[in-house]
Parts: sequence; structure tokens; C-alpha cells
Amino acid sequence: MNLKLTRKLKEVIASRLMLLITALSSMLIFVMILGLFLKARLILATQSLPELLLSTSWHPLRGEFGFYPFILGTIWVTVLAMFFSIPSCLLTSIYLTEYASAKIRAFIKPLIDLLAGIPSVVYGLWGILVVVPLVKDHIAPLFGYPTSGYCLLTGGFVLAIMVFPVLISVSEEVFRAVPHEVREISLALGATRWQTVKHAQMVPRIKGIIAAIVLGFSRAFGETMAVMMVVGNVAQVPSSVFQPAYPLPALIANNYGEMMSIPLYDAALLLAALLLLLIVLVFSVGARIVLLRIERRVV
Amino acid sequence: MDRRQLEEAFFKGLMIASTVIIVGILFAILAVVLLKGAPLLSLSMLTQTPKGGYYLGKGGGILNAIIGSLYLAFGATFLSFIIAFPIALYLQEYARNRFASFVRLSLDILWGVPSIVYGAFGFTIMLYLGLRACLLGGIIVLTLLMLPIMTRAMDEVMRMVPHELRETSYAVGSTRLEALLRVVSRQALPGILTAVLLAFGRGIGDAASILFTAGYTDHIPHSLFDPAASLPLAVFFLLGTPLPEVQERAYAAAVILLVIILSTSVISRLLTTKWTKFVIK
Amino acid sequence: MEKFKPHISVEKLNVFYGKHHVLKDITVKIPEKQITVIIGPSGCGKTTLLKSFNRLIDLVEGISVSGDVRVDGMDIYNGKIDVTNIRKKIGMLAQKPYPLPMSIYDNVAYGPRIHGILKRKELDRIVERYLKVAGLWDEVKDRLKSPASRLSAGQQQRLCLARTLAVEPEIILGDEPTSALDPVSAKRIEQEFIELKKDYTIVIVTHILRQAKRLADHVIFLYMGEVIEAGPAREIFEDPKEARTRAYIGGEIS
Repeated sequence: MNLKLTRKLKEVIASRLMLLITALSSMLIFVMILGLFLKARLILATQSLPELLLSTSWHPLRGEFGFYPFILGTIWVTVLAMFFSIPSCLLTSIYLTEYASAKIRAFIKPLIDLLAGIPSVVYGLWGILVVVPLVKDHIAPLFGYPTSGYCLLTGGFVLAIMVFPVLISVSEEVFRAVPHEVREISLALGATRWQTVKHAQMVPRIKGIIAAIVLGFSRAFGETMAVMMVVGNVAQVPSSVFQPAYPLPALIANNYGEMMSIPLYDAALLLAALLLLLIVLVFSVGARIVLLRIERRVV
Repeated sequence: MDRRQLEEAFFKGLMIASTVIIVGILFAILAVVLLKGAPLLSLSMLTQTPKGGYYLGKGGGILNAIIGSLYLAFGATFLSFIIAFPIALYLQEYARNRFASFVRLSLDILWGVPSIVYGAFGFTIMLYLGLRACLLGGIIVLTLLMLPIMTRAMDEVMRMVPHELRETSYAVGSTRLEALLRVVSRQALPGILTAVLLAFGRGIGDAASILFTAGYTDHIPHSLFDPAASLPLAVFFLLGTPLPEVQERAYAAAVILLVIILSTSVISRLLTTKWTKFVIK
Repeated sequence: MEKFKPHISVEKLNVFYGKHHVLKDITVKIPEKQITVIIGPSGCGKTTLLKSFNRLIDLVEGISVSGDVRVDGMDIYNGKIDVTNIRKKIGMLAQKPYPLPMSIYDNVAYGPRIHGILKRKELDRIVERYLKVAGLWDEVKDRLKSPASRLSAGQQQRLCLARTLAVEPEIILGDEPTSALDPVSAKRIEQEFIELKKDYTIVIVTHILRQAKRLADHVIFLYMGEVIEAGPAREIFEDPKEARTRAYIGGEIS
């Protein structure tokens, strides 16, 4: 009887404790949003959000905090990275799911996992040693642009490489979710493999593929160190891919914790952090909703 | 060859090319970093702290960063395991479906939150509490960063455990807690370890989250309230200096970091293959 | 040996899956414009044999094939041959009806589009024609654009038949095509097959003996990867030569 009671007690206490920990942890995201908002509120009280987002003038000492160049820098780096990574990752994941033999897959998959584990400063280091000189001495001269190599193109390329593993694994999941029967039916009708991929697997699933890509990118969107190490960090609106830019995460990383004596400076930086957080939140929740809906419809 | 065959050959060629390029880039990264850094791994590099002044000094090694990183990563892995494991258990058995999917969604979102945001948020809290950059701050922020990764990875492997196993355990009269601890956890043990290693790897390599919170120093921290250096920040800061001798330490730090990451990945692979032998399929 | 014009002839076909010898020295001929039924207990290699006729077994990882399969006298395992042409010639109906994730119309038009027919009018004509042949036209003509997944299982299988016929094959393979259907729908599919044998060579795999008796003109009895007996349906069912065939037909082995 006594033993039974202890066991029961343990069960009750443990489940309450677990509930507490779980509930607290799932609140973390809201706590972060709230905490950042409370700080960022100070600057929102002096200027309206559209003003802050669209102004190009960044002069903290004069109390001017225009985020436009940084937002543009972030968008540019991300778009460039998408441009480099989406086609190659889609092709690779199609190759791995539809064409490659088990042996090749068993060789390549661990390598891609490994790529996922490399720390971002190592990517940055590699970017400085390899990509920066490559852009400076070989690629930019082709187009007739003088550049230091620390520019948007380099940042976009390094970010693209960092996105590879995530993007490959999410799009692989989409292709793997295609039932084997679909493949068989299409091939049995005399389609080539590529026709099967294109017409039976990609076109009907285009929404899922887009959602997977967005999801992959929401993870890379706020990537800081590697991009910051190669993108130049000049607060200007870039006019070509060979110019330096200054993405939001780099702005925060370079300045937060320093120059705290300038009024509102930290509030502005935390507003930048809040923006990053919210953008990631919107994209990842949106993508997930689309993916969930697709799953439900198929089942 | 008709058009269809040409198209097939063309796209197959493209696919193979992009796969080769991606794998090639991986090897290029490994090769460049290892070739550049490995020759610099001398005994003094591994066993000495930097000599002569604030990280511009010429002599010495990066022991401060190695020790700092190990403190940070082990501390955070330990803390996040303590939190993540109960959550993963709770999600298996206790949470009703709606609540569970809400928790999973919120963890998935956390997983995507940029690490710089963790860093900024963490440091804001520390300022509020009157703390300056220190080992403890770094450990706590890294814990937050690792938490969603570890929890979701554990959750996924535990979900794979067949429901029949749990039922068998109930059938002999165990409570839910006992079933979870004795059957589900044991069955999922290799996966749980892999999840821990995965989070450890992420944690030890992350720089942006500890940039403000752990700080950087030439010394080995003696208490939780001392600032702590770390390998990723060593790469970042030392590379930014104009002195080639100091930059060399950045390369060395990158190699050590890479070796640690590669070995965790290899270990987790070995663990999985070795341990799954004892798991009922 | 009876005399007929073989549409598919198989000689010394051996299939290995890893070290497992799935099909052993198969030599059979499939008569033109008749229904050939492959019978045998489950796991005896019926489906593998069927899929070797249109090289769908290529999709199975770790499989190796040796021997000869000739369709219209052409060796389909010859490396120089375009496998898509073989598959266009040989339609296939799977065990479960499986509509592609698109509309009814697009399901039927899928094959013709793949093979380069893109004109709307022509596609309309093909879709109508083959939905009629499959006996589905009247039920779906007002909702051709709705997702195929909304059809009942029986309707889906007829849609799959229409989709198969739309690429104008000469041979139709059916892998237990009625096993996932209710008895009424199964009956309809069987009737379709009997209608279709005027124009097509049909090969069906089944483990339902009564269905085999209803449909078969020609029977192949497969047991543990070997052809035990093959010949006209009446001979096999009424006067089997082999003891194992007798045992199977008598219901002693299954």
C-alpha cells in the first residue's frame, strides 16, 4: 500500500513539474517578444515605425535612426543567397531522392549533415580566405567594378552555402513525401524521370516546395557572424552587388553593448532585433500553416 | 534522341553538377581551414593563454578560448538537458494533442530565432539585473538557444517508439512516468544522445549569442561571474586584428572548433549504429 | 505446345533481389489479344514478373535481371532501347487505385501531355473518349476539373484505367486490380477487361481463383519463383498436369 502511494505521488509530482517546465518554455518566445518590445517602445515613442523603417539617415549621435539601408542590406543578402541556393538545392535534392543509388545517398547525406554542423564563424573565415579574393580579383573585374571583395555578392554567396543543408533536407522531405505510386504511375505511362519529377511531383506540390523554401530561409534570415565577416558593413543603400552593405544582424552585433551612453541607441538596436524576430516568426508560422494544410488535404 | 530524352539528359547533368559542386564546396571549406590552421597547432598554442596585453599580444596560445568554450558548451548542454528531457517526456504522454502541437510550434519557432536575437535579449535581461558579460550569462543564453533544438530532436525520436511498447508497460501495471522512464527513454536512448550531441555542436559553434553575454578575455574564468573567451569569438575577434601573428591564432581556433564539431558528428553516428543493435525494432 | 502469336515472350528470365532468387528461369509466352492470368500463392513472384514486362522493376533498389523479355520481338532489356517507349506501349493498373494529385481531366490527360499532345481540342477528345471506354464519362462529365481524389474507390480505379488507355498502349498489365474494391466495382472492372480484350493484350495478376476462372483465356501458374504450368485456361483448370497445380487449384496450398 505504501509503495503504491509513493509511486502515485511520484507520478503526480513529476507530471506537475513537467507541465510547469513545458509551459514556461513554450512561453519563452512571448517573453522575448515582450522584453524586446518594452525596450524598443522607447524609440517608437519618438518616431513612428514607418519613419524609422524608411529613413536612410543613420546618425545615432543626432538621434536619427533610419533603418532603411540595413533593411535593404538584409533583403539583398537574402535574395542573393536564395538566387544561388534554391536552384542548386532543388536539383541536388531531386537527384538524391529520385536518381541516386542507395550507395551514393549513403555517401552524400552524412556530408551534407556535416555541412550543417560547421559553425558560422568558420564559414566566415572561409569566406574571407577564399570568396573575398575570388570576388575581388576575378569576378568583379569581369563586370568592370572595382571592389574590396567585402560586398553583397560575397555575403550572399557565403549565406547561400550555409543554407544548403537546411534547404536540401527540407526539400528532400517534400519529395520523399510523394508516394511511391505516383512515381510508378507516371513512369508506367512512359514518362521520363525528369517529366515525372516535373509534372507529377513538382507542379502539384509547388506550394509545399515554396513553403519548405521559406521555412529553410527563415532559419537563415538572421544569420549574423558569417555574413558580417564578409559583407563590408557600410551603412549605405547598396546600388550594386559589388558594394558593401550592412544587414540588420550585423548592425546589432557590432554596436550593441557599446556606446550605451548615446540616448535611444540601445532601444533602436533592440527594435532591430524585434523586427528580425517578428519577420522570422511570420515566415515560419506562415510556411508551417501552408505545409500543414497540404498534408491534411493529401491524407 | 528526341526532345524528351535531351531534356532528361540535360537536367540529370545539371543535378549531378550541382550535387558535385555542393559536396566540392564542403571539401573546399574543410581543406582550406585545415591546411591553414593545422600547422599552427603547436603545444604552446593549445596550452597557453595569450601573452602580453589585451588580445593583440603576439605570444602564447588560445587556451583561454578552448577552456571557455568547453565551460560554456558543457554548462549549457547540461542545463538544457535538464529542461529539455522533461518537456520531451511530457509531450509524449501527458500533453493533450492541442497543447502538444502548440508547444511544438512554439519550440519550432524558437529554433528559427536568429542567435543574435537571443544574444540581444539575454544581454538586455542581464543589464536589467545589473550583470556584466560573464560565463554564467553565456551559459544561460546558450541554454536558451539549445533548448528548442534538443527538445524537438528528442521529441521526434521518442515519437518513433511504437505505442505497443508503452501499452505493454501499462499492462504490467506501471504508471505513465515509469513507462516513459523505463521503456520509452530506454528505447529512444541512442536518439536522445544524438539530440544532446546535436545541440552541443550547435552551442559550441555559436558566436552571435555569446558575443555580448559571455564577453571575451585573455584569462581563464575562475568563477561563473568572470567573463569567458570562446573559440568562435576567438576566430571572429582575432581575425579582425591587423597582426598576422594574432590572425594565426584565429586559424588555430577554427581548426579546433572544426575538429570538435566533426568528432561530435562522428561520435553520434557511431553511437546510433552501435546502440540501435539493442533496440527492439 | 499450343500455337498462338506471342505478344510478350520471356526466356530464361532470372531476377535476384540482393541474394534472394525471386524469379527462376522463367520461360513463358503471352498470347496477343487474350486475357492471361498469372496465379499463385502470395509472395511467389507474380508482381515481380508483371513488373519485369514494363521494366518497372528497375525502380527497385538492389535488383538484378538477366534473361530475355521480348515485346513484339524486341528485347526490352537491351541497353540501347528507350525504356519510355516500352512503357508507353504497356499500360499498367496498380493494386490500389491511385489518382495523381490533380483533377480528373488532368489525370487522363497526363500521359498524352507527357507524349507531346498539348492542343486543348485534341486532349478534350482523348479525355472524353477514354473516360467513355472506362465507363466513367457519364458520372464525371460535369466535374472534370474537380480533384480526382474525391471519386469513390471504384470510380478511381476506372479513372486509372482511362488514364492507362489514354496513352494508347497495346498491352495492359493489372496487378490485382480489383483487390482494393468492393464486389460491385470489382465486377465492373472485370467486365471492362472482357470488353477490352478485343483490342488489347491483357495480363492480370490475381490470387483469387474464382476471378481467374471468370477472366482467363490463358493461365500461368507461378510457385516459389518458378513457372509450374502454363497453358489455355480450360486445360489448367480442368486437367492440370502438375501435382502442385492440382493442389493449388484444389485449395490445398495457398
